[in-house]
Amino acid sequence: MTSATEPTEPLSVEQLSATTLLRFATAGSVDDGKSTLVGRLLHDSKSVLTDQLEAVERVSADRGQDTPDLALLTDGLRAEREQGITIDVAYRYFATARRRFILADTPGHVQYTRNMVTGASTADLAVVLVDARNGVIEQTRRHAAVAALLRVPHVVLAVNKMDLVGYRESVFAVIAEEFTAYASELGVPEITAIPISALAGDNVVEPSANMDWYGGPTVLEHLETVPVSHDLAHCHARLPVQYVIRPQTAEHPDYRGYAGQIAAGTFRVGESVTVLPSGRTSQVAGIDLLGTPVDIAWTPQSVTLLLTDDIDVSRGDLLVPSKDAPPTTQDVEATVCHVADQPLTVGHRVLLKHGTRTVKAIVKDIPSRLTLDDLSLHPHPGRLAANDIGRVKIRTAEPLPLDSYADSRRTGAFILIDPSDGTTLTAGMVGESFAAPQPVKDEGDEDGWDF
Amino acid sequence: MTTAATVSEAAGDSGNSGPYALSHLDALESEAVHIFREVAGEFERPVVLFSGGKDSIVMLHLALKAFAPAPVPFSLLHVDTGHNFPEVLEYRDRTVAAHGLRLHVASVQDYIDRGVLKERPDGTRNPLQTVPLTEKIQSERFDAVFGGGRRDEEKARAKERVFSLRDEFSQWDPRRQRPELWQLYNGRHAPGEHVRVFPLSNWTELDVWQYIARERIELPEIYFAHEREVFQRAGMWLTAGEWGGPKESETTEKRQVRYRTVGDMSCTGAVDSDATTLDAVIAEIAASRLTERGATRADDKMSEAAMEDRKREGYF
Repeated sequence: MTSATEPTEPLSVEQLSATTLLRFATAGSVDDGKSTLVGRLLHDSKSVLTDQLEAVERVSADRGQDTPDLALLTDGLRAEREQGITIDVAYRYFATARRRFILADTPGHVQYTRNMVTGASTADLAVVLVDARNGVIEQTRRHAAVAALLRVPHVVLAVNKMDLVGYRESVFAVIAEEFTAYASELGVPEITAIPISALAGDNVVEPSANMDWYGGPTVLEHLETVPVSHDLAHCHARLPVQYVIRPQTAEHPDYRGYAGQIAAGTFRVGESVTVLPSGRTSQVAGIDLLGTPVDIAWTPQSVTLLLTDDIDVSRGDLLVPSKDAPPTTQDVEATVCHVADQPLTVGHRVLLKHGTRTVKAIVKDIPSRLTLDDLSLHPHPGRLAANDIGRVKIRTAEPLPLDSYADSRRTGAFILIDPSDGTTLTAGMVGESFAAPQPVKDEGDEDGWDF
Repeated sequence: MTTAATVSEAAGDSGNSGPYALSHLDALESEAVHIFREVAGEFERPVVLFSGGKDSIVMLHLALKAFAPAPVPFSLLHVDTGHNFPEVLEYRDRTVAAHGLRLHVASVQDYIDRGVLKERPDGTRNPLQTVPLTEKIQSERFDAVFGGGRRDEEKARAKERVFSLRDEFSQWDPRRQRPELWQLYNGRHAPGEHVRVFPLSNWTELDVWQYIARERIELPEIYFAHEREVFQRAGMWLTAGEWGGPKESETTEKRQVRYRTVGDMSCTGAVDSDATTLDAVIAEIAASRLTERGATRADDKMSEAAMEDRKREGYF
């Protein structure tokens, strides 16, 4: 524990500026050692500072604990410290010379599903922990299924507590193979399995001397090198209009720009664009990248688009290339995770927020509820309770330009809001649930997966 | 650092992130601008908390960029403790004038003079800010209040949402927060309630400094090393001044110091430093083994849950 107080090698200003950002989420059951892994990553990357560590040591000592409880670094709320559990998603920040990290630290407690869905919604990578002694258990399959549902591009299986199984390769190989087969079946595109001991520090930051048979990266090495951007040339370009910028000043009497964060793909000056849902068309006359004119811009840049024609465009509209416009529809079919305590029922009148547009909607049908443990389907449950995942059919009051979540994690996603009190009810993903066409057989239906 | 890290320069870095990667500062900037524009699009009367400290200065800079070439569509609000650094007040007024902004001031001293608030025995006015702040929000009917809080600052703040609903008493209930999914921020609120918005949630202290350097943002000079009359209290260097320090038992001395945070003079400590330039400050922060608040804020040391408790009552 003393290493945190030693001075680190300061990074040069150039090094500090050249880094990229990786957002990742962790998932693990209560005793899988997730807090220890998070603590180890923060600690061994020298991201825990002296005063934070001293506070942890002081509180641990006051409670009569022999060693500092690293979970105290992450349990920020009074109720969490009192109960010794993590209630809610917390975000942690650490950096190496190569990259900056935002870690969505999701609790492994009973309310796991909505918390993991929340953390995974913005994650480029998910770390799923298993206890090497227990192997792949129900909870592991659940975590893999959430990562697959949310289409997290990279999944790391961290087989923890290797020290308790004699660092045996055979133990790791069996678990890695079972998990990889399961997650691949669900359509997880990239899976990396790493044998670790979070407690002893094997393969977390430093390579393990106890597992010569493992030739892959440590957890931190993998986090530092995994690609964060994709080939955007083949993505559907999408710009949800947030705000119309009209200075109406002497200097800029005619400026009319459509501001927004590019949700997917790239936009170029000269390109023909269509405004949805109206269907009006124009051309990109210019792109302002926060004050700098550019010829091309891409996700997730916040930009302002100028068009050649003075057509009606306002907040809530979606700008898309004319050659690549999504269909608009008032009938949404989606997989959802219910995140509120009050249930979602058939006939529920809700608000649906998609991109920058919020419309009235009604829940027409809940055809099935999904049990994540074994991916079995419960037909027509009538309602979804907190943490439930299911299929829903929603009718919206106005047409929406919807992408499939498989094509765009931003323009294929929506939330449902309770119009009476503003509660965020449900997280929704348009289209097929999993990437694989038929991951499992429906227990009650010979025809199989009917999502 | 004299040149801005542009998108095209950053695109080639790391060797593993492809042609369309953004540098982490560009990604954080883009996200913060998105948050500002969401609020502009969905709220009636937003206001930006502006103290003249580096985080609020960065917020204002981001807001200026988000709406350019139009003016920032928000007014500013300063909670004036009455124990401010003169350099910071001067900076505040100059900045407001330069951008043609409107500044609201909620004054702790007024509340003390009227007998509504009582001076604390320790002379610290930071906790006294909550009442003037929340009453100003109510009386001006602000429905969105931007704060410069960062999740890396403190462990209760690590639990804070980007859009954080406050009830009609401005209270934060950490157990009843809305899950935040994707970038779909939910700003729905009832009349009398408001939403605190934190565009810098995902920034760290170092990010803020790197961004200040990249964008060449001017700061109050107390952020850079200078000679100052200070005295020691509870392990921190405090500035002598009319706010009530030093006591008879405390002696002042001249030291070369700078500030990592700017707040009430009675509880914001200076750190020994010879960093007179942005590069030197960044190098110093990168090597520091103390957090910003641990090094310079007395009020957070009062109890294990000091920040959580203040935030529950409506503190920013």
